Amino acid sequence: MMRLVLRGSEPRWVAPVAVLVAVLATVVLTAIPIRIAGANPPAAFERYLVQPLSSPQGIYEVLLSATPLLFTGIAVAIAFRAGYWNIGAEGQFLMGAVLTTWLALTLPDLPAVAALPFGLVAGAVGGAGWALLPAWLKRHGRIDEVVTTLLLNPVALLVVQGLLNGPWRNTASGFTDSDRFGTGYDLPEIVPGTRVHWGFAVALLIIALTWFVLSRTAVGLHVRATGAAPDAAAFSGVPVDRLRFRAALVSGGIAGLGGASQVMGVQHQLTQGISNNYGYTGIIVATLGGLTALGVVLVAGLLGDITVGAESVSLVLQVPTQLGDMFGALLMLTVLSALSWRRYRVQWRPPRRAAEDSEREEVGHR
Amino acid sequence: MSTAAPLLELEGITKRFGDLVANDSLSMSVGRGEVVAMLGENGAGKSTLMKIIYGLVRPDAGVIRMEGRTLNIRSPRDAMAAGIGMVTQEFSLVETMTVRENVALSGVGLGRIDARQHRARVEQAMERIGVDLQPERLVSTLSIGERQRVEIVKALFHDCRVLILDEPTAVLTPQDVRALFVTIERLRTSGLGVLFVSHKLREVAEISHRVVVLRRGTLVGERVTQEVGDAELAALMMGSTTASTTTTTDTDTAAAAVGLSVPATNRDASSPASPDPGARVPALSLTDVTYEVRGHPVLDGVSLQVMPGEIVGVAGISGNGQTELTGVLAGTLAASRGRVEVAGQDITRSGVGARLQAGLGRLTEDRRGSVIPQLSVEQNLVLEDLPAFTRRGVLDGAAIRRHAEELIERFDIRATPTDVIANLSGGNMQKVLLARTLARRPRALVAAQPTRGLDVGAYRYVHGRLEDLKARDGGVLVISEDLDELRSLCDRIVVLFRGRITAEVAPAEATSDRLGRMMAGEVSA
Repeated sequence: MMRLVLRGSEPRWVAPVAVLVAVLATVVLTAIPIRIAGANPPAAFERYLVQPLSSPQGIYEVLLSATPLLFTGIAVAIAFRAGYWNIGAEGQFLMGAVLTTWLALTLPDLPAVAALPFGLVAGAVGGAGWALLPAWLKRHGRIDEVVTTLLLNPVALLVVQGLLNGPWRNTASGFTDSDRFGTGYDLPEIVPGTRVHWGFAVALLIIALTWFVLSRTAVGLHVRATGAAPDAAAFSGVPVDRLRFRAALVSGGIAGLGGASQVMGVQHQLTQGISNNYGYTGIIVATLGGLTALGVVLVAGLLGDITVGAESVSLVLQVPTQLGDMFGALLMLTVLSALSWRRYRVQWRPPRRAAEDSEREEVGHR
Repeated sequence: MSTAAPLLELEGITKRFGDLVANDSLSMSVGRGEVVAMLGENGAGKSTLMKIIYGLVRPDAGVIRMEGRTLNIRSPRDAMAAGIGMVTQEFSLVETMTVRENVALSGVGLGRIDARQHRARVEQAMERIGVDLQPERLVSTLSIGERQRVEIVKALFHDCRVLILDEPTAVLTPQDVRALFVTIERLRTSGLGVLFVSHKLREVAEISHRVVVLRRGTLVGERVTQEVGDAELAALMMGSTTASTTTTTDTDTAAAAVGLSVPATNRDASSPASPDPGARVPALSLTDVTYEVRGHPVLDGVSLQVMPGEIVGVAGISGNGQTELTGVLAGTLAASRGRVEVAGQDITRSGVGARLQAGLGRLTEDRRGSVIPQLSVEQNLVLEDLPAFTRRGVLDGAAIRRHAEELIERFDIRATPTDVIANLSGGNMQKVLLARTLARRPRALVAAQPTRGLDVGAYRYVHGRLEDLKARDGGVLVISEDLDELRSLCDRIVVLFRGRITAEVAPAEATSDRLGRMMAGEVSA
C-alpha cells in the first residue's frame, strides 16, 4: 500500500536527492524515444550532456545558448518571488528586441559608446512597457496577471511579424528580417574569436544584483514576505501592491534586456525567430532553479548544454532536434513531481503496518 | 467485572512519540446516560487520546471496549461502526452544500440518494436532539454554532452511542453554549454517553457528572463533579498535587486561566487607582468611528478612550464588529468616518508604518496571518522595523541576530533566531508577535483575543506582559470573547453590540450573567 504522508519538517538532504532522482528518471524516460528514433541512448546522452563541455569552443557555445535563458529565467524568478505570476517573459523579450531594433534602425550610425547603453536601455524599456498594462490591470483592477501576461505573448509576436512584413522588411533581400544594425550596436565578444558576447556578462551581473537585493536588503525581505504571505506582509506595513507592480516592471525590463542582448549580440537584426521560446523556457529555468539566483544560473547552463548537444546529436545520430526540448520538458515534470517529497513522504508498507506508522507523522507536524 | 459494563471503556492506553509520552497507561470509562468531562491543559494528551478513540492514531498499548466488547479501531470508519461519534474543533463541512447534503456525505458510498427519504431522516435526527435548522440551507450561511450542530447531527446519524465533543465551546458564543448544553442534556437523557473535552472549569462543573483530569499524559484525578471544588480541579490541572499546597494567589491565577472568576476584592487591591481622565492625553482615542460595508455600518459611531496605564476590555459576541474594530485600528481596514488617535496623533488615514511610528502596537486574533510563515523567527521579529536594522542600504545581520536573541531571552520564546516560524507552537508564535510589538514600547496596544488557544502557562505570560505595559503607562485595548480574561485583566469593560458600544461596566460588577445579557443587546442589564 502506498500513501503520501505530510512531513513534519524537511530534512536537508531531501531537495538534492529529489533532484537527482528526477534527473535519473528523466534520463530513463528520454532513453525510450531516443531508442525509437534508432539511436543508442548512452551515446546520445554523452553527446547531449558531456560532449558540449569537452572543448573550449563547445563551452562558449553553451554559454551563448544559456545567455537569453539567464535573462528570462531571472526575470521570471523575480516576479514569482514577489507573488506576481508573470507568464509574459516571451512577449517582453520580443518587445525589448523590437524597441532596440527601432533605435538601431532610427539611429544606425550611433557610435558604440552610445549605441550599446542606449540599445540595452531601449530593450529594458520595451520589456517593461509590455509588462506595464498587465501590472497596472492587476494593481488597479485585480485582473489576473497569468491570463493577461500570457495573452500578450502572441500579440507581441504579431507585432514583430507585422513590422518585419511591413516597414522593417529587409531593404536589400526583401526577406522578412530587418536590415542589419549599424556596427556600433554589436555587443563585443568577451573572448575574441568566440561568439560569447557581453550580454552574458550583463546577465550574470543582473543575477548577482538580484541575489544581493533579495537576500541582503530590506526591499528583498519585503519582496519575499509579499510573495510568501501577502496578507501578513500588508499587516506588517509592506506595500504589497506597489511592490508587486514594481517587481512586474523589473521582471519585464530584464526580459526585454534579454531581447536587446539577443538582437545586439547574436543576430544583429530583428528576425521572426528571435525568441525561440526563451520566455517560456525562462519559466522552466526559474521554477527548476527554485526561484533562486544560483538555481537560475545552473539550470540555464544545463539547458544551454542540452541545446548545444541536441544540435550535434541530430547531425551525428540522425535523431530529431526536438528530443532536446523533450529532455527539458520532461526534466521539469519529473523535478516538480519529485520536489513534492519536500512536503510529503511516501509510505510503502503492508497495510497493517502502514496504519501504525502514520501516527508518528501525525505528531511530527504539529 | 460488573454485569453492566460501561458503554465506553479505556484501559491502559499508552502512546509514545519518541521520547514524549503522550498517554501513559490511561484508564477511564463513560457510562450510559452519563456526561464525563475531560480536563487538561493544551498538550496534556487530550487530543492524542481522542485520536486514539477515533482511530486516527494507534495506541502502543491498551484496550478500548464498547459494552464489554474489545474493539479494534483502525480508522474513523471503524469507530463510527462501533457507535462512537466525534465532533472536533475544526469542522469538516462543505460550505457550498446544504445541511442535508452535508449529513448525507458522511454516510453514503456510491449510488443514488433518495433525497426525500433522506431529508426526513435528517429532520428526524435534528428533532431528536432539539436542533432547529432548515435542511435545505447552505452551510455557508450558517453561524459557527449552527455549523457545530450540523456536525453533531452528522455524528449522530450513524448509530452513535458515545459522542465525543472536543473543546466544543471554544468557538461558541455564550448563547450557543447554552444551546449546546441543552442538546447534550437531551442526548444524555436518551441514553447516550458523552465525553466532553475542555479546559474551562465552569463549563465542566455545569455539564458533567464526573471529571477526569489529564496532565502530561497521565490521569491525575477523577472526581464526581458535585463533590469537587473548582480550585481543586484547577490545582490538579496546573500541577499541584493537592489544592492545599497551592498558595491562594497561584490558585487564583490558575483559576482565572482555566475560566474561573478572580474574587473582585483581590483584583481591586492589586490594581492602582484609575488615572484622572481630564489631565492627560488618552493613549488611544476613538471618536465616532464608523466602518461601512456596502452602506451598512458594521461599526457604528464607536467612541472610546483608553488612558495611559489603563486596560479597557471590549466584550461582545463575535460578529458584532470586533474583527472590524481590530482591522480599523490595526490599519488593515479604512474607517468610513470618525477619528482614531494614538497619544493625540490622528492616525485615522495613516498607513501601517505611520501607525507604528505614532506608538500603536497590534496583536490581532489571526496569529498565523500576522507572521510570514516561510521566514525565520528573527526575520519576522524585525519585519516591521527594517530601517532600524539597515546600514548603508544593507540589512545588518549581526544586529538583527542580537535583537532577536535578546527578545527570545526576554520573552522566553522557545526557538532559535533562524527557526522557520511556521514550525512554532501557537503559544510561541504569540510570544514572537508580543515581542515584536512590545519591543517598540507602544503607547497604545490593541490586543484581539490575545490568549485564544493558548495553554495556561502562555495565558498567564501574555497577561503578565500586558500588565507590565500598563504599569509602564501604556494603554491597552483588549478585544476578547473570554469574559474571565476581560474580568481579570481590565479596568473597564465596554460591550460591543451590533457595531455600537452599548454599555460600560466595572469588572467587579460584570457578572457573566449580566455581561451575557448586555452582549445580547440589553442596554440596562
